[in-house]
Amino acid sequence: MTDIFELLKGNPGDSDYEKKGVIVQGITGAYGSLHAKNMIAYGTNVVAGVTPGKGGQKFEDSVPIYNTMKEAVDATNAKISIIFVPAKFFLGAAKDALEAGIKLLVAIPEHVPIRDTMETLELAKQKGAVVIGPNTPGIMIPELIKIGIMPPMPFKAGKIAVLSKSGTLLYEISDALTNAGFGQSITIGIGGDPVNGTRLIDAFDMVKDISDLEGMVVVGEIGGDSEEMLAQRIIDSGFNKPTVAYIAGRAAPKEKRMGHAGAIVMGTYGSAESKVSMFNKANIPVAKRPAEVPVLLAGKMEKSD
Amino acid sequence: MQLLEFQAKELFREYGINLLDSISSTNIEDGRKHAKELGYPFVIKIQVPVGGRGKAGGIQKCQNDDEFEIKYPQVMDLTIKGEKARAILLEKMADIKKELYLSIFLNRSKRCYTIIASAEGGVEIESVKNQIIKEIGLGEVSDELAQEVAKEMGLEGKNAEGVVDTLKKLSKLTIEKEAELVEINPLAIMQDDSIMALDGKFVTDDNSNFRHPELEKYQEKTAIEEQAEKSGLSLVELDGDIAVVGNGAGLVMSTLDMLSDNGGKPACFLDVGGGATTESVYEALTLISKLDRVKGILVNLYGGIVKTTVVAEAFLKAYEDNVIDLPVFSRLKGTESEKATEMLQGSRTKIFGTVEEAINAAVMGVKN
Repeated sequence: MTDIFELLKGNPGDSDYEKKGVIVQGITGAYGSLHAKNMIAYGTNVVAGVTPGKGGQKFEDSVPIYNTMKEAVDATNAKISIIFVPAKFFLGAAKDALEAGIKLLVAIPEHVPIRDTMETLELAKQKGAVVIGPNTPGIMIPELIKIGIMPPMPFKAGKIAVLSKSGTLLYEISDALTNAGFGQSITIGIGGDPVNGTRLIDAFDMVKDISDLEGMVVVGEIGGDSEEMLAQRIIDSGFNKPTVAYIAGRAAPKEKRMGHAGAIVMGTYGSAESKVSMFNKANIPVAKRPAEVPVLLAGKMEKSD
Repeated sequence: MQLLEFQAKELFREYGINLLDSISSTNIEDGRKHAKELGYPFVIKIQVPVGGRGKAGGIQKCQNDDEFEIKYPQVMDLTIKGEKARAILLEKMADIKKELYLSIFLNRSKRCYTIIASAEGGVEIESVKNQIIKEIGLGEVSDELAQEVAKEMGLEGKNAEGVVDTLKKLSKLTIEKEAELVEINPLAIMQDDSIMALDGKFVTDDNSNFRHPELEKYQEKTAIEEQAEKSGLSLVELDGDIAVVGNGAGLVMSTLDMLSDNGGKPACFLDVGGGATTESVYEALTLISKLDRVKGILVNLYGGIVKTTVVAEAFLKAYEDNVIDLPVFSRLKGTESEKATEMLQGSRTKIFGTVEEAINAAVMGVKN
């Protein structure tokens, strides 16, 4: 299992401990440049950008831009990249990154064809790399490193892990947690696509052994059976940290895609009822409203004390 | 998108999968002509994008002109699970020996394509017994694997050959058209031991649409849904009276849920995307103005770094341009919310501190 904290922070004693380099693919586009600036402002060590044809230029007069990922990785030795290219160019950018030796790939674009995601994941598997997304807000350790598009305001350093399929619900619920005094040790955006580089169970495996973890929040939505698999994994692993879930889409009609490519109920596959009942089986309360999440979490913590 | 049976069968035909003769129509005049061409007996099949057609009376045998005149309009007028008939398919009657099940679908959690086959088809997938399940990566099916599936289904000789052939064609179709699901249920063994696809279900990956202009003709969208897509918004029409707008699919779904819990009826799901700008919110209000049953608009925006004053401007502009004349109940989380509230004073847009308050006000508001 990949140690996500080692990838994001490194080990004490490393020269780049807690300053891991990040390469931004598509750094000169409107979206990429906005979020590159925001990440730098948050304290993320953006060491290079890649835009084919713009090699040799500098982003914001300081970050060097390269034509290819190979050049960028050779120059910086970075192991993390974040992709901001349009969906139809995603596969090319992802291959470029993985071939160059990237070990953590954060895939922001929405509307990536499933086949392109699956090809990316095949290559990532061969290369021993982790892919977060596509269609994800990204991953962050609050107050340390942000590789994504989330606004900084809702997040605060702490000891709760938050795993979420949705972007804005991740912000909304983290905000509620922060206001209730629950900071976050890590937040992982799974993404709203049918096929995810890091599934809920993979994200769970990344966070379950954090030594000072005090609880976990899972933000799911209709579609697929990622939540059901996670509930089963929690039961099987005997994980006993206070955990609360939220599922969006109870009132959504069947057979309709609700904004996210993955948010669709086909027959009974992907229904909210199925997910809620599996979480109940795992003794995980499911909040009815985002605002209820911290209340239920506090309740679980009281019981486990 | 999900194709109708006759559309799926057009693709099956293109890929050489065996089918009975059939013709689709959307009115009884054309239907009569087709009935003559096809000849009795045949089956009248409603074309709707949902299952359970047989039980709902949407599939009727037809022996002669008199039956046709009664049954065609009957089937055409059915509504199944809220779906009205898109067309009627007339298909020759089949002399069936046995019904099988065959599909290839995208297994989301395993992240690969998967074959499901069974020698006991003709019922909904949840009830299909003795399922043979094979994971096939990106969708490729070798001769050996196809033969193995046929063997495990207990088939031999011509029957096995037919299933192998069909499965290989199904695999090619899945890969080339980037399907999420291709299902033949039932796949029938006929009296002469040939294999025929009697039904067809086909779901494509919408994100790959740009690579498949040939599938565009199957796209079924309301005019408003189409306009939303062009503007980069995501809209699903629903049948209530409160339009629900927000940023991010999860947040809008969550708002729909809470509204329904509180007795409200959503008129639409409208996601303006992760960010929110004056333009995107103005465009959203323009689209909503075209839905005639809407009595109020519920807005839930989690701005983060978005200035709520920017959103307030969109509301004011929409009233000023007479785009909308509806009450708006909104919760805007973001910066400068006090200033936004001030800007909207005296307008028909009310700002609430929590989404719960906005929902309660919306539910009460549309009652009056």
